[in-house]
Amino acid sequence: MADINFLNELVIQVRRDILRQVHNVNSGHPGGSLGCTEFFVALYQVLMHRKDSFSLDGIDEDIFFLSNGHISPVFYSVLSRSGYFPIEELKTFRLINSRLQGHPTTHEGLPGVRIASGSLGQGISVSIGAAQTKKLNNDPYLIYTLCGDGELQEGQNWEAIMYAAGNKIDNLIVSVDLNGQQIDGSTNSVLPMGNLRSKFEAFGWDVIDIEEGNNLEAIIKGMKLAKEKTGKGKPICVLLHTVMGHGVDFMMHTHAWHGIAPNDEQLEIALAQNPETLGDY
Amino acid sequence: MKKYIDSGKKDTRSGFGAGLTELGKTNPNVVALCADLIGSLKMQDFKENHPERFFQTGVAEANMMGIAAGMTIGGKIPFTGTFANFSTGRVYDQIRQSIAYSGKNVKICASHAGLTLGEDGATHQILEDIGLMKMLPGMTVINTCDYNQTKAATIAIAYHQGPVYLRFGRPKVANFTDENQTFEIGKAFQLQEGNDVTIVATGHLVWESLQAAEALHKKGFSADVINIHTIKPLDAEAIIESVSKTGCIVTAEEHNFWGGLGESVSRILANKRPTPQEFVATQDTFGESGTPEKLMEKYGLNAETILKATLKVITRK
Repeated sequence: MADINFLNELVIQVRRDILRQVHNVNSGHPGGSLGCTEFFVALYQVLMHRKDSFSLDGIDEDIFFLSNGHISPVFYSVLSRSGYFPIEELKTFRLINSRLQGHPTTHEGLPGVRIASGSLGQGISVSIGAAQTKKLNNDPYLIYTLCGDGELQEGQNWEAIMYAAGNKIDNLIVSVDLNGQQIDGSTNSVLPMGNLRSKFEAFGWDVIDIEEGNNLEAIIKGMKLAKEKTGKGKPICVLLHTVMGHGVDFMMHTHAWHGIAPNDEQLEIALAQNPETLGDY
Repeated sequence: MKKYIDSGKKDTRSGFGAGLTELGKTNPNVVALCADLIGSLKMQDFKENHPERFFQTGVAEANMMGIAAGMTIGGKIPFTGTFANFSTGRVYDQIRQSIAYSGKNVKICASHAGLTLGEDGATHQILEDIGLMKMLPGMTVINTCDYNQTKAATIAIAYHQGPVYLRFGRPKVANFTDENQTFEIGKAFQLQEGNDVTIVATGHLVWESLQAAEALHKKGFSADVINIHTIKPLDAEAIIESVSKTGCIVTAEEHNFWGGLGESVSRILANKRPTPQEFVATQDTFGESGTPEKLMEKYGLNAETILKATLKVITRK
């Protein structure tokens, strides 16, 4: 496992990358990205078995799918800092002719991305398909998926959640970014989703809560437990309790920064709260 | 005139089933998914012979399309099976993002297309699917005309890299193309040669076009009859070559005139060689319940209307 001090430094650097990417183009989604930073760092640096070179087919390695594609800034930052493409390329986020589209896509050939996402609710289905292909190929590695909590309002998810349990897709770990916020307000005010643990359990999934979803060590511990539960006939759901906008005080605990970039002054304050560690791009 | 013999009426969906059975034996990467319509799609043989490669998704087409997209990651070639309506409009965004934009090698196989679905009525009779699918960048769109062609197309698309929409139907219709044909995606199939008019047809209206050409022959006119099985990419060269000789064209399809084959043909002609054209298609309408024959008659999709359209377009030259 990578050194915890390095991981903590990487988390801060990724937060800087997120803020600088969205500020540069005055668009993008910082809130969810900041809230999932520790998760992405843990996933790519500690949890996933990954090959050095990227292949779309992902044979004999773990595969990650991002269903809530709008948190592309954290995805791109962690992919680049995990060696998938040059860190400098973060400069091109959302600009014309970039591989770093507003929402992730395979269309421009960006290493690390295996499916387009952005229109919500499709990632669990895609993950199930990849998981079933792994089984057909006798490939023992896992599928990791992240989706948003608000995203679970899309009906396709529940088709997929029903199918995954019914077909014993037990090489799949779906994490839900449980930050309780969506564009128009809190999830409870927009469309209350009730008890997600009970819902997933009622559909036949094994559910784990990671209460401290912005604590690296808690995430690593929880995800390792999730991994231990794979291969036992049930798909695994991880309820990742995060704080939207984590790491930037004025962006926390609100839906306001779902899809808004900081201005120059706000950026300066936000970056001061996350001093440079591994070097800006 | 060439003579075409109906070797015995068969449904095109059974051609799909037979093609899938063949692929099951010959291509280990082919997997099949079905949303609770195994019997209707004739997927029973594949399911029984290859249970490990068959996936029943239940009545959940959006999930089926997403799963199919995911299955390509790792090298599988998924064939999805449901009615044309549920293969397109119901799951358009899933196809658009997870399959087309993502460039996934999924074969969307759609039965019961058009009016000839019959008695179930307009909720199930999609007449807009060709338009929906041809609008998607990178999507290949195929509408086959008989059992033999559907079987050959089903096998051929497994060896084409990229998303494909394969459209076929429910009723038993004349089976007249070669049993051992080679299906070439994007290549028009010339059925008759003539000088006075070009008839370009797809799907169930190909056989009707042959009947229309015979009737035309009796009136002293000869027709080029071209089967366009691949609507996208369209064989523009074959169409332009034919109208360069005949000077007029009729397109025939079991689809709305908006978005269908006729519209694709008119675009090519407007660009390259403006030509008088008549459209045999539904006239921006939904269907209704009835027998396939009565529906095709009421909505003007048979040999008789094709004949009338040819006589009309000849006068417009």
